[in-house]
Amino acid sequence: MSSLPVASTDPARAPSTASADSAPAVELVGVVKRFDEVTAVDAIDLRIADGEFFSLLGPSGCGKTTTLRMIAGLEFPTAGSVRIHGEEMALRPPNKRPVNTVFQSYALFPHMTVAQNVGFGLQMQSVARSEADARVRDALELVRLTGMEGRRPKQLSGGQQQRVALARALVNHPQVLLLDEPLGALDLKLRKAMQVELKELQRRVGITFVYVTHDQEEALTMSDRIGVMDAGRLLQIGTPEEIYEQPCTRMVADFIGETNFLPITVVAAGRARLPDGSEIHAAVHDPADEERTLTVRPEKMSLAPAGDPAGAANDVPGRIHRRVYLGNALSYEVDIGPLRVHVRHENAPGAPQFSEGDAVSVRWDPAAAAVLDK
Amino acid sequence: MAQLTVPPEAETLPATAELERAAERAASRRGLLLSLPGFAYLFLFFALPLVIVFVYSFATRSSTGRTILGDWNLRSYARLLDPFVLQIAWRSFSVAAVATVICLVVGYPFAYYIATRRPAVRYTLLVLVMIPFWSNFLVRTYAWRVLLGSGGPVSRLTELLGLGQTRLLFTSTAVMIGLVYGFLPFMVLPLYASIERVDFDLVEAARDLYASGWQAFRRVTWPLTRPGVIAGSILVFIPSFGAYVTPEILGGSRTTMLGSFIVRQFLSARDWPFGSSLSFVVMTVMLVAALIYFRTGGKTL
Repeated sequence: MSSLPVASTDPARAPSTASADSAPAVELVGVVKRFDEVTAVDAIDLRIADGEFFSLLGPSGCGKTTTLRMIAGLEFPTAGSVRIHGEEMALRPPNKRPVNTVFQSYALFPHMTVAQNVGFGLQMQSVARSEADARVRDALELVRLTGMEGRRPKQLSGGQQQRVALARALVNHPQVLLLDEPLGALDLKLRKAMQVELKELQRRVGITFVYVTHDQEEALTMSDRIGVMDAGRLLQIGTPEEIYEQPCTRMVADFIGETNFLPITVVAAGRARLPDGSEIHAAVHDPADEERTLTVRPEKMSLAPAGDPAGAANDVPGRIHRRVYLGNALSYEVDIGPLRVHVRHENAPGAPQFSEGDAVSVRWDPAAAAVLDK
Repeated sequence: MAQLTVPPEAETLPATAELERAAERAASRRGLLLSLPGFAYLFLFFALPLVIVFVYSFATRSSTGRTILGDWNLRSYARLLDPFVLQIAWRSFSVAAVATVICLVVGYPFAYYIATRRPAVRYTLLVLVMIPFWSNFLVRTYAWRVLLGSGGPVSRLTELLGLGQTRLLFTSTAVMIGLVYGFLPFMVLPLYASIERVDFDLVEAARDLYASGWQAFRRVTWPLTRPGVIAGSILVFIPSFGAYVTPEILGGSRTTMLGSFIVRQFLSARDWPFGSSLSFVVMTVMLVAALIYFRTGGKTL
C-alpha cells in the first residue's frame, strides 16, 4: 500500500496523514452524475470503512456501476466529492488513484500473456523488474494460477480469466478494490464457488472491496454491508440482516428476497387493522386512520389449524388457496379476506400439513414484520 | 447400457454422411460451373496478356522500335540497373512511402474519431469518406490542377497571407498532395474497421492500471489496431508506388515515377521489351507487398 503515490494537488482539501488514516476508505458526498439529460446517480452520500466488503446492490440501470466508475475515475461526477482515505479524487484521472478495478468483461489484454496482463500495472508504475516478477508470481499463486504465466487469455476458461483479472488488480496492492459484477459471466456452480473464494480472499488480503451486483443472494452472502440502489438513489445502507429484516422502503423489501405486502390502517400506537377487519400488532407510531404497508417475509409467517389456541401475538383467520410442494419446503397461498399472502413452511418431520380450502390461522411475530410508509 | 442409448437411426448414419458428402461435391461442382464465366474472362483478358508481357520482356527491340520475337535475352532486365532507372524506382518508392506515412498520420486520428462516434454519426462520416469515389479519379486530379495552379485558390491564399505567390503545380509537393488525397480513404477504411473492433473496456482497464492516456494507446489500442495499420499502409503503398495519373497530371519532368516511365516505354520510346520487364518487376514488388497484407492484416477488410 505504501508503494502507491499518495499526493494531493489541492492542499486545502488534503488532510494530514494522521487524519487520512482514520478517514473512511471511500467517502462519497453529494455525488451526482448526469449524462446529457439523464441523471444516472442522484446525490449519493456513502462512507465505506477500511477493510470492509461493501456491496452496491440494485437492478440494472440503477446507477450502481456509474457510482463504481466514479470511484475508479473512469467517470467524473457532475457534482459532489469522491474521497479515498480522506483525499479528494473527484476529478483525478484513473491512473492517479490508489484503486483498481475488476471489470465485468474482465477486460484482459488479448495480445498479452497472463503474466504480462498481471504485470501491466506494475510496469506502468515503473516497479523494478525483479520486484515486479516476484509480485506477479505471488498474485498468481494467490488466485491459484501458478503455471499459467505464458498462456493467452483466450486459452483460459471463464473462471480462470476471472482470476487473472483479480490477480491483475490485487498485484498493485490497491487501497480499494472495485468489482463490477465480476461473477456475472460465470455459470451458477462456479459462481457459488467463487463467492466463497472471493470472500475468503478479501479476508486474507484485508483490502476494502466495493462490489457491484444485481444478485441479491450474492450481496447477502458476501457483504459486510450493502447499499441498495434504485433510480440513481441509495435507498438503504445496512448489514445484510438489517436490509433483509428491516427494509425501509417497499423497493428494498421487494428487491431482496420474497415478501408479502399487507395494507394496514393504524388503529392506535402499536395496533393496526387489516383490510378484512382483523386487528394486529404492528410497530406503528402514527396517528389513527393513517394508511401504511406492512411487509412480512413468507418464512416469518406460520400456519395453524383454525381454532388452535393462539400461539403468537398476531393470529389472523385465513383460508388455503393453493399449496405448492417445493421439496425442502411447502409454499402456501393463503387468503386473508381480500388479501393473498405467501407462507412458507419448512418440510420438517411433524410439521403440520394443510390442503387447499382448509381454514387456518395465520400467525407472525410483530417484530418479524416491518412497517413501510405506503 | 451404452448401446441402449444409441438411437436406432444410428445405423443409417454412415449412409447419411455419405449422402451429405455427395451433396457437397455436387454443390462444389455447381459452384465451379457458375464461376466459369468469371474464370474465362480473367484468363482471356488478364492472365493471357500477362503471359504476353512476360514473353515480351525477354524479346529485343529493333532499331525501328519493333519488337523482335525470337532473339530471347535478359538485356531488358539488365537495363533495370541503369542509374537513371534506379533513380526513378527509388523516387517512386520514397514517394509511396512518404504518402503512406502521411496517410497513416492523418488517417489514424480521423478513423479513430469516426469509430468512436455513435452509429448514426459514424455511418454519415463513412459515407462522406467514400463520396469522392462517386466521381472520376482523373477529373478529381484535374481539379487539383486548378486548385494548385498559379493564380489558383492556394496561391492566392498564400499571397493574401503575405507569403508571396506559390507555384505548387508540377512539383513533387503537388504529386504528394494528389496521392494523399487520392488514397487517404484506402487508409481510413481499414483503420476504421480495426479501431471499431477494439473493446474500449481494455483501454479503461489500462487506465485503471496506471497507464497514462498515451501509454494506454501505445500498449493497448495501437497493437490491437495494427492489422488495420498494415492493411491501410499496403493499400496506400501499392497504388502510390505504381501511380500514373497523379504524377502525370500534377507532376513535372523531374517527378517522373515508375508508372509514367513504363507508359513512356510503350508509347513514345516504343521499347516494349524494356517496358515489359519494368512492369514485371513492379508487379512482383506489389505482389510481395500484397502477400504481406494477406498474411498479417487481410482479415480486417
